[in-house]
Amino acid sequence: MAGPSTGRPSRRSRALRPLAARLVFLGPGLGFLIVFLLVPLALMMSYTIFRRGRFGGVVYEATAENFGRLFDPLYFDIVLSSVRTAAVTTLIALLVGYPTAYVIARLPRRWKTIALIAVVLPFWTNFLIRVYAWVILLSGPGLVNETLTGVGLIDKPIQFLYNEGTIVTGLLYSYLPLMILPLYAAIERLDPQLREASANLGARPARTFASVTLPLTVPGVLTGCVFVFVPCLGNFVIPEILGGGRSIMAGNLIRDQFLKARDWPFGSTLALAVIAVLIVLLFLQAWASRAYGGTEGRRA
Amino acid sequence: MSALPEAPAVPQTLVGIEGVSRRFGDVVALDDVTLDIRQGEFFALLGPSGCGKTTLLRILAGFEEPDAGTVTLDGADLLSRPAHRRPVNLMFQSYALFPHMSVARNVAYGLERERVPRAEVRDRVEEVLATVGLAEQSARRPHQLSGGQRQRVALARAIVKRPRLLLLDEPLSALDKKVRAEMQLELKRLQHEVGITFVVVTHDQEEAMSLADRIAVLDAGRVQQVDAPVRLYERPGTPFVAGFIGANNLFEGTASGGGLSVPALGTLPAAGGLPAGAPALLGVRPESVRLGETGILRGVVADVSFYGGVSHIAVRVAGHDRPILVAAQGPARLRAGAEVGLGWTAADAVLIAR
Repeated sequence: MAGPSTGRPSRRSRALRPLAARLVFLGPGLGFLIVFLLVPLALMMSYTIFRRGRFGGVVYEATAENFGRLFDPLYFDIVLSSVRTAAVTTLIALLVGYPTAYVIARLPRRWKTIALIAVVLPFWTNFLIRVYAWVILLSGPGLVNETLTGVGLIDKPIQFLYNEGTIVTGLLYSYLPLMILPLYAAIERLDPQLREASANLGARPARTFASVTLPLTVPGVLTGCVFVFVPCLGNFVIPEILGGGRSIMAGNLIRDQFLKARDWPFGSTLALAVIAVLIVLLFLQAWASRAYGGTEGRRA
Repeated sequence: MSALPEAPAVPQTLVGIEGVSRRFGDVVALDDVTLDIRQGEFFALLGPSGCGKTTLLRILAGFEEPDAGTVTLDGADLLSRPAHRRPVNLMFQSYALFPHMSVARNVAYGLERERVPRAEVRDRVEEVLATVGLAEQSARRPHQLSGGQRQRVALARAIVKRPRLLLLDEPLSALDKKVRAEMQLELKRLQHEVGITFVVVTHDQEEAMSLADRIAVLDAGRVQQVDAPVRLYERPGTPFVAGFIGANNLFEGTASGGGLSVPALGTLPAAGGLPAGAPALLGVRPESVRLGETGILRGVVADVSFYGGVSHIAVRVAGHDRPILVAAQGPARLRAGAEVGLGWTAADAVLIAR
């Protein structure tokens, strides 16, 4: 671009060209985001300060009562327990995902590809179908109970479904790949000579992991945690199907406000609360990532 | 220095490598390598890339296991000890400094693993950082340092543990020319100061020649020759060493009474030692070749280059495919196209069995 120009573009048009090029590349994505994310989000946020309409919709009378209701124990506890369920899921995903990612990152190249495909394979099937598959597996007359009674290990079918454990299992199953992939990327990028250097200096494998591998993959850990936590907190399909609609999470609550209670302003307020929790977490993640000097340090 | 009379200094074997072989699939990295590395010496493993020197280094460090052979340290089996239990430290070619730790913590890492008391760790880290001239930088992170400084940290981290054996993987390759020369001197000084046995792996013969007491030349996984730098230069033992170490004029022929007989050139003088009739290679260094009106060979000057102190003159000789290199003191009073005679004494040429 900086080379001798053949045409006659003036200095100004030459300066504009990079900007125009950027707009061409960014335009479609940016336009989509504005129309389908920012505008609806702004609308939704504006609803939080208005009164509900009788049959849905909004009455444009300013009020603060939506925010007051947020702290009603009835709703607040649901939001809180959702955060807990999402946190437990994230923690288990990390404990299961880290060793998996570690092993995959150290496989020979060909096996690595196969293992990574296996990790993302479930995404090729419809999400709902995969969740219903769990019902088929775990229900009273389901596959697991049939097998156990058939073998004679138990007399009566075990009630697997419809509790928080099932919800966590479902969430874990659905979002584990989102933990494994960023962890894999972080571990894979790590210079294997750093592990060798640690051993060479007298560190046992466990010490090498604690002092070298883990600290240097913290940014990947944080990314994975956010990738799992965010969709878990807002999920309403899994609590509905695997939780039997009895134990509901913030996602169900929001959906119910919009579709059943027809209370758009309060639904918006709840959604805003969830977004607020997530934004705080994202800031924490960004801050912790930088504190560990992950990106700039690793290049040294 | 001590009052007691010391035992005569018999070079003691520190590392005994015997019959070590290693292959990766079809590639033979090490082929029956046997070497003795002596206590307190500066030893170099020299060879072109892919000759197996790095594999041998990794075997000594414990990152790689040989398919066959034994390695002992102080007479005790080394191979059965895991990498983290060997009194062997390695300075990595890429330095492999921990990016998330300060210079001081990088250096302290090895001592902390030995459970050295905290105060002692601090003292020893300070001391070694002062030795390598990085006392001021102890709080910095590796990415805030220059290449030369990082290298010093890597060196400090490796010697602070006072290992029995220090391995250096291409220690000077990543540095620019000026820093190289400085580090070269510093490595030698350090080696004398700390008295640790150094093994340096390098593909750079000048690096090996200037640093090492003894050099093992490796090619295709085999040890070609182990000797002091000067002997290696003057008396190469194999055709590979003759061609690899320094510039050399090589002639192919068969050994005869007075030297080497080459069909197209006649008999060339060389110090004998080979039975007459044996296929041999004659090597004569450019600085040993004299230019004159007459000589053993006659040729035409093809090219003259002046390097300040010395001039390199390339002379084409009919019947020999490569021009013969002559190094002469000072500027040469010759021009391309001049006809000259070339000569050398039998003592300056070496005969090598092919």
